[in-house]
Amino acid sequence: MALKIVKGSIDRMFDKNLQDLVRGIRNHKEDEAKYISTCIDEIKQELKQDNIAVKSNAVCKLTYLQMLGYDVSWAAFNIVEVMSSSKFTYKRIGYLAASQCFHESTDVIMLTTNQIRKDLSSPNQYDTGVALTGLSCFVTPDLARDLANDIMTLMSHTKPYIRKKAVLIMYKVFLKYPESLRPAFPRMKEKLEDPDPGVQSAAVNVICELARRNPKNYLSLAPLFFKLMTSSTNNWVLIKIIKLFGALTPLEPRLGKKLIEPLTNLIHSTSAMSLLYECVNTVIAVLISLSSGMPNHSASIQLCVQKLRILIEDSDQNLKYLGLLAMSKILKTHPKSVQSHKDLILQCLDDKDESIRLRALDLLYGMVSKKNLMEIVKKLMLHVDKAEGTTYRDELLTKIIDICSQSNYQYITNFEWYISILVELTRLEGTRHGHLIASQMLDVAIRVKAIRAFAVAQMATLLDNAHLLTGNTQHSGICEVLYAAAWICGEFSEHLEDPMATLEAMLRPKVATLPGHIQAVYVQNAAKLFSTVLCGQEGAPADSKVAQETSQLLIDRLPVFVQSDNLEVQERASCILQLVKYIQKLQQKDVEVAEEVTALFAGELNPVAPKAQKKVPVPEGLDLDAWINEPPSGSESEDEGRKTKGKAVFAREESRHTKPRYTEVDEKELAMRREVRKAEQANNPFYIKASPSSQKVYQEAVGVEHIPVVQIDLSVPLKVPGMPMSDQYVKLEEERREKNKADRKKKDKKKRREKGRQRRGDSGPESEEDITPAHMVDIVTEEMPENALPSDDDDKDPNDPHKALNIDLDKPLADSEKKLPVRTHRPDEVLKSPIEDAEGLEVTSEPKKKSGKEKDKERKKGKEKKKKKHKQEEGEDLMEAGSEEPVQSKVTNDVAAQPPASTPEASDLDFWLSNAPVPSDPQEAAAVTDAPPASTPDAASGVAAVVPDSEPEETKSSKHKKKKQKKEKDKKKKHHHHHHSDGAREESVQNGTVEDEEPLPPMSNYAMLAENSYIKMMKQDADEVCDIQGNLHDGSQVVVSVIFENKCDSFIKSMEFNVMDSLNSKLQRPEGAGPHDSLTVPFHLPPGISSEARFIFSVQSIVMPQKLKGTLTFIVKTEDSSTHEKLDFKLHFTCTSYLITTPCYSDAYAKLLESGDLKGSSLKLEGINQPFHHLLARICFHHHFSVVERIDSCASMYSRSIQGHHVCLLVKTADQTVSIDAKCDEPGLLRNVLDEIKLTFSQC
Amino acid sequence: IKRFPPPRFQSLCRDLNSTVLVFVKGLFLYICFSYCVYFLLLRTVGGSNTVYEWSLSINHSEEEEPAKYPYQHIRQAEDVQQQIIRETFHLVSKRDDNVCNFLEGGSLIGGSDYKLIYRHYATLYFVFCVDSSESELGILDLIQVFVETLDKCFENVCELDLIFHMDKVHFILQEVVMGGMVLETNMNEIVGQVELQNRMEKSEGGFSAAPARAVSAVKNINLPEMPRNINIGDINIKVPSLSPF
Repeated sequence: MALKIVKGSIDRMFDKNLQDLVRGIRNHKEDEAKYISTCIDEIKQELKQDNIAVKSNAVCKLTYLQMLGYDVSWAAFNIVEVMSSSKFTYKRIGYLAASQCFHESTDVIMLTTNQIRKDLSSPNQYDTGVALTGLSCFVTPDLARDLANDIMTLMSHTKPYIRKKAVLIMYKVFLKYPESLRPAFPRMKEKLEDPDPGVQSAAVNVICELARRNPKNYLSLAPLFFKLMTSSTNNWVLIKIIKLFGALTPLEPRLGKKLIEPLTNLIHSTSAMSLLYECVNTVIAVLISLSSGMPNHSASIQLCVQKLRILIEDSDQNLKYLGLLAMSKILKTHPKSVQSHKDLILQCLDDKDESIRLRALDLLYGMVSKKNLMEIVKKLMLHVDKAEGTTYRDELLTKIIDICSQSNYQYITNFEWYISILVELTRLEGTRHGHLIASQMLDVAIRVKAIRAFAVAQMATLLDNAHLLTGNTQHSGICEVLYAAAWICGEFSEHLEDPMATLEAMLRPKVATLPGHIQAVYVQNAAKLFSTVLCGQEGAPADSKVAQETSQLLIDRLPVFVQSDNLEVQERASCILQLVKYIQKLQQKDVEVAEEVTALFAGELNPVAPKAQKKVPVPEGLDLDAWINEPPSGSESEDEGRKTKGKAVFAREESRHTKPRYTEVDEKELAMRREVRKAEQANNPFYIKASPSSQKVYQEAVGVEHIPVVQIDLSVPLKVPGMPMSDQYVKLEEERREKNKADRKKKDKKKRREKGRQRRGDSGPESEEDITPAHMVDIVTEEMPENALPSDDDDKDPNDPHKALNIDLDKPLADSEKKLPVRTHRPDEVLKSPIEDAEGLEVTSEPKKKSGKEKDKERKKGKEKKKKKHKQEEGEDLMEAGSEEPVQSKVTNDVAAQPPASTPEASDLDFWLSNAPVPSDPQEAAAVTDAPPASTPDAASGVAAVVPDSEPEETKSSKHKKKKQKKEKDKKKKHHHHHHSDGAREESVQNGTVEDEEPLPPMSNYAMLAENSYIKMMKQDADEVCDIQGNLHDGSQVVVSVIFENKCDSFIKSMEFNVMDSLNSKLQRPEGAGPHDSLTVPFHLPPGISSEARFIFSVQSIVMPQKLKGTLTFIVKTEDSSTHEKLDFKLHFTCTSYLITTPCYSDAYAKLLESGDLKGSSLKLEGINQPFHHLLARICFHHHFSVVERIDSCASMYSRSIQGHHVCLLVKTADQTVSIDAKCDEPGLLRNVLDEIKLTFSQC
Repeated sequence: IKRFPPPRFQSLCRDLNSTVLVFVKGLFLYICFSYCVYFLLLRTVGGSNTVYEWSLSINHSEEEEPAKYPYQHIRQAEDVQQQIIRETFHLVSKRDDNVCNFLEGGSLIGGSDYKLIYRHYATLYFVFCVDSSESELGILDLIQVFVETLDKCFENVCELDLIFHMDKVHFILQEVVMGGMVLETNMNEIVGQVELQNRMEKSEGGFSAAPARAVSAVKNINLPEMPRNINIGDINIKVPSLSPF
């Protein structure tokens, strides 16, 4: 055997291994893709080999290739094969590959469930560890649901290495399977006080991660964390806890008060920068939460700011960066204390590191005031000029606009200055933010009425110099600015000095090269300008010729736009062209048209809030989802829907993307459509038509007459484009302020003399209110519809996976929740029954011979199906009646008992928080914190719950009994399921189908092993059930799964399992252990918890059943004492347990029987009055057989022992007699199996 | 604890001029790069699920802008992974040594909640991608722990070890970070566990693996690139003073 392996590996040792692959890729730099494709071919060959070493080598190489970006999903099944190797070396490679390549839509993942479960309960801790690590990467909701119980068991493993991994992976399980959070949480909480620092840190990690997303559910843990914080010395844990407190304090200001002192102490004492930084951060969070009405914390703020300043001044860029980051948090609530460090922050703007400059920019946003805005922006403008790289420059640009426009232009005192800043920004080359500048220009011009004249003048200059902006970089975003410029000039054309010149500029042929949406605005606003020009010219009747020339200009220039390929431009241009032609005709007849033309554009546009459209309340009785007309055909409407989706009301840049869809439509049809539309609009009462009366109402509402008109300072050279004018405003502003100041000082002096020297400290820098804006500006607020709801929560992401974890954890667990929800089977239709499979095979192989028989069979099948259906229904009813009702009533009982239990805990927290600040006395705090965890297990005690005393005696006992029975039933059921998931896949297929056919009485092959009555009397009982199963992979091994269930109120630990070996069977012990040493059970048992452990026995002969004596020793730990207990048991290895369910097709079965190697034996059972299918199911289930073929009341069955013996049964039934003819190549084994079958049926 | 990278670690091959980036929380990348050949390796400790989800979300956002991406195709997780690596490398490699070690996350790596935190050792970059629940300075220290662990496990690690033994690097990494969560920060504990597992692997291999080992040893003899002891001199990496975990 060993020689064969050596030979095999010598054959394969010249295969490429990972190192060869890497070296090869490095040596084939030119034709890497080709080399890799040959390698992949080799790997495909290697994967076909049987040798697992070769396979794992191939998988290892594939993992590397996946990391290089090659798709290796085709090898997913091979990865599963390597994962299931029994050797750690290969298993590890398999799991690494799986964690690398598997994701939720990998379908082979569902094949791994049993493998992973097996690895999790492996006696080798590293097998378990590797499985946990792998699982953490590819856990899916299905895996999480199926394995949650197993992982939870591992959380109380004896090895800290496994414990910490199990604790950590629970977070992933919670994410994928949120139902597991509540049942698992008590144990997670226990792990916070684990003796091993690694486990403790893992638990802190998980809880912090959970609490970060839904902090309010974890407030009750605050005392526990507080205790940890004052006692722990592990910096990693401390940082996590302090971060957690930062998330909790906003919810509970009292917590913040309690924290401040210990945190300040830590800040003073710690030498670790990371810890110091996190402390400062949390103190800031506390201060924010306390900001209202807590004046006496200025010392803490001062301390924080001071420490942060030290960080920022440090030469280490990392500390500088973090200091700025934290500073920005203080800024929100205590801007004053940060503003005093303006020098430092401005200095950071010059830093060579971009991240630091960006952080400093963020800070500036909060630091501006009316006083320093101009100065800061000036500095930023300098940076814009210097900045290299467009990304940083764009960032600067947006920041300048953000800073200026924040809170409704609160800090801008001089809008002329702001407009000139915006104009200056347009000189930036290659910026992406043209539309941002444009929208600012529009916003300011529309909302600040006093500035319009100035804005229009500036925009006219811009339009005049449009060629500078567009230049050769037409597609840069900056030409968006022209959109705003054209619109402003058109809309507010009454302010224009020389409208004719502007009109001229707007109709230059070069405009036709601009993007379509801008051209459209140009055309429309040219018409507006035209009306203004007409107005001006018709005043003087001598100029009628000039007016006609203007019309002629339009008529000459507009055709360029009529030919545009943009539908919008085309339509507007042709419309206006016709209009102008008509006007010209009128003009030639000397008709005054100016007034009528201006009427086209009468009325004022009002700014509307961006969300206004969304917030229009739906009127009562209007159902927007209902169809008005049935939709014509699916595809067309869908197409339409996608196009219109997501477009804003005032589409600006969207139109860029939409290509003209109906360009081929001829003029005739267009005209027709126009007609139809017009008619529609005329008939539609809701279509808004411009009516003079509505405008009046409007103007009254805004109150135009109250807006003071501002004088424009014409000394500012408007005509020079591109010259930095904003600087002059700064100077002007300074002068103005100086003057104001001087004036005020004079007044102040007078006042002071009058008042004496009462106010002294006022002489500092001028306060905000002292700065009066240069213009009295009325900023028009954006309009909102009436009845709009002031809700802003539409921004939340509905897809956040953490939302599902928002679960109340303080409620005590109901009994039904105490165990993780039992895994439910996947829909069975996926699994094919081997019976049908076999039949299918027959049909394909010998279709002609069996045609007659087949028909027969089919008929029978039909009958059976009918029967099945009927019985299924019946059974379901029975099941429902039998099981669900009591469970429900039980739950309600529990619910009734809950409220009193939850209140004390909440009040504990209150008590802890309201306590006078005692952080200096951690012991007392600890004493208080102990209370809640201790009370929880009591309140929600274990399976053997004590019935409340208040109930009358009689009902008490009867109820108790009932409850127990139900519980046992439940348990049995659970074990039953458990078995399914345990077994090999084939087995679950088999039993699954059988179960599907008929309602069966619950069966379990977990047998009670032992129960200690002495302990039971003491109400501290533990019992064991066990299941013995052959191991598929190894001929001489039997795996025994034992479920340990703790029924008492106390903690059971240090369980040791020992069995007296016989000559034939030996318990497999780890290397180096003596033959009489006991095995440690790898977990502890908290009250009410059951866990499963597996033990491996090696067996020599399987012919005889055996009994092994064993003992279990354990320590029962109560609150004040611990007792050593012992429990004896007998392990019964039946011959059945050496059998493995193996499917067999009938042709193979027939050959086997024909071979004549098998020796026969038979058995007769009398008085069996159960249905035949029940009988078969029992044999299948308890004795690991599978049905080969079944005809009426006769069935052939097959099984195989772990050492390869074939066992065949022919079961016949007539009246109440069952006869079993059996054949096997090992008569001893057969005899014993038959005896066991007999025993099974005698018991029921 | 040593504050500076172990001396041998600095003595990396000059002619290769490669860069190792390692990326956490949510994801973790490990990237080798050299001028001539791109060895880009990515490992998401958050599981390939993470990259897969991102690729879904990227595909989703592309659907909304059909004009920009006329030919809709579902992008493979592998493609997204390569894009992340390239973008990250691009970001990190052009940074000076005297700038801070944090980079704000772009749209590719999970959005604004994520940061790139990296360390530069000679020609190698170790990059972690973390979300806001991790302490920045703590992660910097964790990278140091990881590098020192590599040094101990490989007995004076050099860049070639990382390139040729990608699997071993990952096994070590798995003891530090698991499923995107920090598992262990104590170096001795990590080294102990890794060594125990390696011993187990050796005992399993036993007699039958011996010839294969011999062959690979022979193959390794004529590795062209073995000058491990070139001293590039002190490359000073700023480590914030942080007490050991």
